[in-house]
Amino acid sequence: MNETFANYSPDQLIVFEDISKFYGEILGVNRVNLTIAPGITSFVGPNGSGKTTLMNLMTGVIQPSRGRVSVLGISPSEPQELFRRVGYCGQFDSFPKGVTGYDFLYSYLLVHGLTKKEADAKAWRAIERVDLVEAAHRKVAGYSKGMRQRMRLAQSIAHEPSVMILDEPLNGLDPMARAETTRLFRQLAKDGLHLIVSSHILHELDEMSDRVVLINNGYILAEGGIGGVREEMEDHPMQIMIRCDRPQEFAARVFASDNVVEATIHQDRQGLFVKTRNADAFYLLLNRIVAEGSLNVETVAPVDDNLNAVYHYLIGSGGGGQA
Amino acid sequence: MSSLVEATAAKPTTTTLQWGLWWRQIRAILRMEVKKNFWGKRALLIYVFAAIPVLLLLLLTFADEDAGNDIKRNWPAAQEVFAYIFEAVILRTIVFFGCAWIFMNLFRGEVVDRSLHYYYLSALRREVLVTGKYFSGLVTSVVLFSLTTIGALFFLYYARGYPANVNFLFDGPGLGQCLTYLAATILGCIGYGAVFMFIGLFFRNPILPALVVYGWEWMNFLLPPVLKKISIIHYLHTLAPVQMSEGPLATVTTATSPWVSVPSLLVFTAVVLILAAVRIRKMEIRYGGE
Repeated sequence: MNETFANYSPDQLIVFEDISKFYGEILGVNRVNLTIAPGITSFVGPNGSGKTTLMNLMTGVIQPSRGRVSVLGISPSEPQELFRRVGYCGQFDSFPKGVTGYDFLYSYLLVHGLTKKEADAKAWRAIERVDLVEAAHRKVAGYSKGMRQRMRLAQSIAHEPSVMILDEPLNGLDPMARAETTRLFRQLAKDGLHLIVSSHILHELDEMSDRVVLINNGYILAEGGIGGVREEMEDHPMQIMIRCDRPQEFAARVFASDNVVEATIHQDRQGLFVKTRNADAFYLLLNRIVAEGSLNVETVAPVDDNLNAVYHYLIGSGGGGQA
Repeated sequence: MSSLVEATAAKPTTTTLQWGLWWRQIRAILRMEVKKNFWGKRALLIYVFAAIPVLLLLLLTFADEDAGNDIKRNWPAAQEVFAYIFEAVILRTIVFFGCAWIFMNLFRGEVVDRSLHYYYLSALRREVLVTGKYFSGLVTSVVLFSLTTIGALFFLYYARGYPANVNFLFDGPGLGQCLTYLAATILGCIGYGAVFMFIGLFFRNPILPALVVYGWEWMNFLLPPVLKKISIIHYLHTLAPVQMSEGPLATVTTATSPWVSVPSLLVFTAVVLILAAVRIRKMEIRYGGE
């Protein structure tokens, strides 16, 4: 087992093993090998990249053309086992016609096999968590887009799963609800749940994700923590901004290092941007220079080690090659 | 950047039979589906459809005085006419198309409404879903079409008057005949229901296959004896309490005993339901988009 997952037993992991999915002749995803540990994992990629396909494969809504998926050791072809542990908030409404919000959840929990008393208690708990108590007895058809989204979220958490799969869960939510929902996700992750989230809102994913999976054209381009993924992108040296008092001298010093490929003095001449292929080595060099006392450094900040930059490098600029 | 791969052995599925759980789940499905079947927008058409034979008998009895008198005067002939009406209108048309509408919509309607994943995302065996859905369709169709048969019989008997009916029903074969008609209606719902649920699961556009089945059922009387037995109407026909001629072109076969017909129909239904359960395990939902 890879070192990263050595601390986990197979029934704590989600595993895609050589998974391919074709819709007729159209490629959904191809040869995906992926292991997901507890915490918040974000699927990032443009429309049609294969994010929803991976989520649907995980939940057995579609079946792989090749390969095997295992969610906490359970095959998605066994929904009776899988959905005791998994909650899925898809992109599309699944509200039966004419139901109220409460009845939607209550009936859903009855279908799970809960008793009426348990279903009632859990339905209300989920409704409270998504803050829809006042609207609970109104028909879902009259809900706003954001309310329907929250009700779907309530459906996915109502039976208290240990894996939550959330396809664009922040869509249609106002900023307040987004912040609340993001907080809820963090709390759930802290409680030890797997959260697998896809979204187009990169900065929100950036803030909450423990790791990202970048997908394009059905292929996994990169996966891991944002920092780790960024470091491995050797085609794009990492940019670091340094605010200091003598940027020209500093530029001359750092240029002597093999790892620095470019240094640009900031317009206000109070700092510089450095591009380096080895950020760790650069930081060591910077420490040495600062320790010598020849330079007063105000701030040091990486400019492009966020999800947005990673997305732009790997996908935004023409889709990028496979990693 | 290589993806991190680790193969894990899928956890073996618990194979214990959880009857209590399944029964609760079937009840939950019934609760929702029966409500939808009776009160949903799609229900209105089926109400009108189910009322047609009752209205037909009502018209025959009240609007046409001669017909009403004929029923009184020639009761055996009236019974025979009713037997034809029952088979041609109630079984072959109302129960057939009614079941097609109800049972094909159980899954196909949900796919169209994009609401099937409500069940697909539950901790529910797909076989239990098939069973729950089937029983919901069965409850709906049996209630509706039994009322159709009872209503039609009511107007047939109404024209004859009270004392004659009491004698015929309780001292004659009347009650047995009525119960047989009712049983045939219920068996029709059981058999056609399974067939149409199966068709609804297999075909994106189930209308054409339904029409093929309709044609097969209608030409049943022309088929050779072996093929005759591969139809639902053959078994329902053998249950008819009043003997009917199938016409000069009909192939002659030995009558099947009800003791064979009823179990055959039930076994056929069970086989079709098992195939439907196998199918639904492989059925995918495409959300669209990706």
